[in-house]
Amino acid sequence: MSVVPDTTTKVTFTDNNTKFNTAGVQYIINPYDEMSLTRALELTEAQGGTVTVIHVGLADSEPSVRKALAIGAHEAVRINAEASDATLVAKEIANWAADKEFDLILTGRESIDYNGGMTGGLLAAHLGLPFVNVVSKLDINGGEATAVRDIDGGKETVQVMLPFVASAQKDLTEPRIPNMRGIMAARSKPLTVVDPGGASAKGQHQSYEMPPAKGAVQLIEPDNAAELISILHNEAKVI
Amino acid sequence: MNVLIFAESSEGNFKKAVFEAVSYGKQVAEGGEVVALCASAQMPSDDVLASLGTYGANKVLKSAIQEDRPAAMADVLASAAKEVNAEVIIVSNNYNGKSIAPAVAVALDASIATGVISVPDTANGFSVKRGVFSGKGFGHVALNGAVKVLAITPNTFAIQEGGSHASVSDFAASIGANAYQVKSSSIDKVQGKIPLTEAELVVSAGRGMKGPENWGMIEELASLLGAATACSKPVADMDWRPHEEHVGQTGITIKPNLYIAIGISGAIQHLAGVSSSKVIVVINKDPEAPFFKVADYGIVGDAFDVVPKLIEAAKVLKSAQ
Ligand SMILES: Cc1cc2nc3c(=O)[nH]c(=O)nc-3n(C[C@H](O)[C@H](O)[C@H](O)COP(=O)(O)OP(=O)(O)OC[C@H]3O[C@@H](n4cnc5c(N)ncnc54)[C@H](O)[C@@H]3O)c2cc1C
Ligand SMILES: Nc1ncnc2c1ncn2[C@@H]1O[C@H](COP(=O)(O)O)[C@@H](O)[C@H]1O
Repeated sequence: MSVVPDTTTKVTFTDNNTKFNTAGVQYIINPYDEMSLTRALELTEAQGGTVTVIHVGLADSEPSVRKALAIGAHEAVRINAEASDATLVAKEIANWAADKEFDLILTGRESIDYNGGMTGGLLAAHLGLPFVNVVSKLDINGGEATAVRDIDGGKETVQVMLPFVASAQKDLTEPRIPNMRGIMAARSKPLTVVDPGGASAKGQHQSYEMPPAKGAVQLIEPDNAAELISILHNEAKVI
Repeated sequence: MNVLIFAESSEGNFKKAVFEAVSYGKQVAEGGEVVALCASAQMPSDDVLASLGTYGANKVLKSAIQEDRPAAMADVLASAAKEVNAEVIIVSNNYNGKSIAPAVAVALDASIATGVISVPDTANGFSVKRGVFSGKGFGHVALNGAVKVLAITPNTFAIQEGGSHASVSDFAASIGANAYQVKSSSIDKVQGKIPLTEAELVVSAGRGMKGPENWGMIEELASLLGAATACSKPVADMDWRPHEEHVGQTGITIKPNLYIAIGISGAIQHLAGVSSSKVIVVINKDPEAPFFKVADYGIVGDAFDVVPKLIEAAKVLKSAQ
């Protein structure tokens, strides 16, 4: 589970455009991870089992990890390392998960901050598990899962034996929000902090830029709407 | 440097994104070897494979696999990278490319960057520019691995012709036991319509359309322009339109040449998925709609009045072409 700036965040950069400006930014559970968590809870409620949340990050992300417990996760683990890139995150999680026996590992399709979309696939490769990317439907029947994944130009239904890694796409389920009982229960659930295994990053964002400012919009009178088509054809040359 | 490009085929042919990737690879190689690899269960003909030479490939490797599974393609791509000593491996930043890239990176202990929108800057190490914060910014990421896997954003790099024919040869790869563990039971492709993720022109509509019964004019305009249709999140949530049309932060991110937004307010989460479009047109009856701030062209007016006029004008344009 990754922790990201709220979707309404106005993105700016500081320190000569070398850092994301975190001033006033609210952090949330990555939306796709909320879906993974909820689907995992639904599956364990119907079929038994427990849900563990794993997060690679520093102590400042703990409120979001607690929120995952309040939503219903049974336990949480935080690997105490800065999540500087997906290579490091996936390797740390793989080291930690290698001797545990999970039937299913769910990630999000991507983190909405760095939009990498790589952690799930890297993790699967490290663990030698099958990987199903961008899954909008997931059911488990005995030892086999059926999933619907996005492919270029459509969707594909696939079958795969447990254990495997899948990444969540919207529509997987409707994310749950924590209720009062969940929040109370979360206080007594285990949140274990473990030391990192020393994986190193292979990529570093060094500087940033804002998208180029748009010029003012060119307005066309509704009565002359037809003119838009000729502008798009002759001036913008896109149709 | 030596560059290896994953040339994804579809029904025995290559799509535009492959020509972009080969043209990009040629630029990255700076005179080094440019190799394209096609791993497929439906292999294109040798002529089609050799045509990648036009865009700068020196050599095309072909490797037949049993089924078109990303895991099998990744195995072949990783072994080809070792074979040709590739320093940079290029895939398209689409669903298939992003399913393959991480497995290749692990096999080669490589650095990885997705959503890449620049050629590498090698003046001081190796860095590329990529989209971050869902279209709200760009980042320059320095990659320190000896090998780099780059997933390049479609519709970003120009197709460059002028090369000659490439040599085509078979490549026998070792495919791991895991390659076919995920079994396909059915594929549901968008029929008779342009898939949104590949569309160069997109007509999109939002809650301003009032109800699903009013989408006839949206579809008519799209079909006259040869555009795909898209929608805002609430429209998909209310099942007015299929979910795969939903664009934005939690939907699909697109980068077409033209995005026409009709009756969409332009919420920040919606813009996250469409703001990289080259030309944005907004039609909204509210002059204060935030979408106008990022639009190139706009009409402040009622969609039910404006869209039929656009349809008429598009018909005239079409008949003149
Ligand atoms: C976590 C999160 C993620 C989200 N992700 C997404 C996402 O991925 N994609 C997305 O789209 N949204 C997303 N949203 C929702 C987003 O915040 C907006 O609510 C949504 O985009 C609004 O959709 P809309 O513009 O169609 O509807 P509205 O905001 O209701 O806007 C309708 C617009 O139509 C105009 N209009 C009305 N009648 C007419 C007419 N007759 N002619 C012309 N114009 C007319 C109105 O002036 C108005 O501007 C997300 C929200 C959250 C909290
Ligand atoms: N720091 C992290 N800790 C745990 N999981 C993460 C972390 N970063 C990313 N992930 C998971 O990987 C998914 C894809 O992230 P990314 O590769 O960063 O786009 C996220 O949706 C999470 O499920």
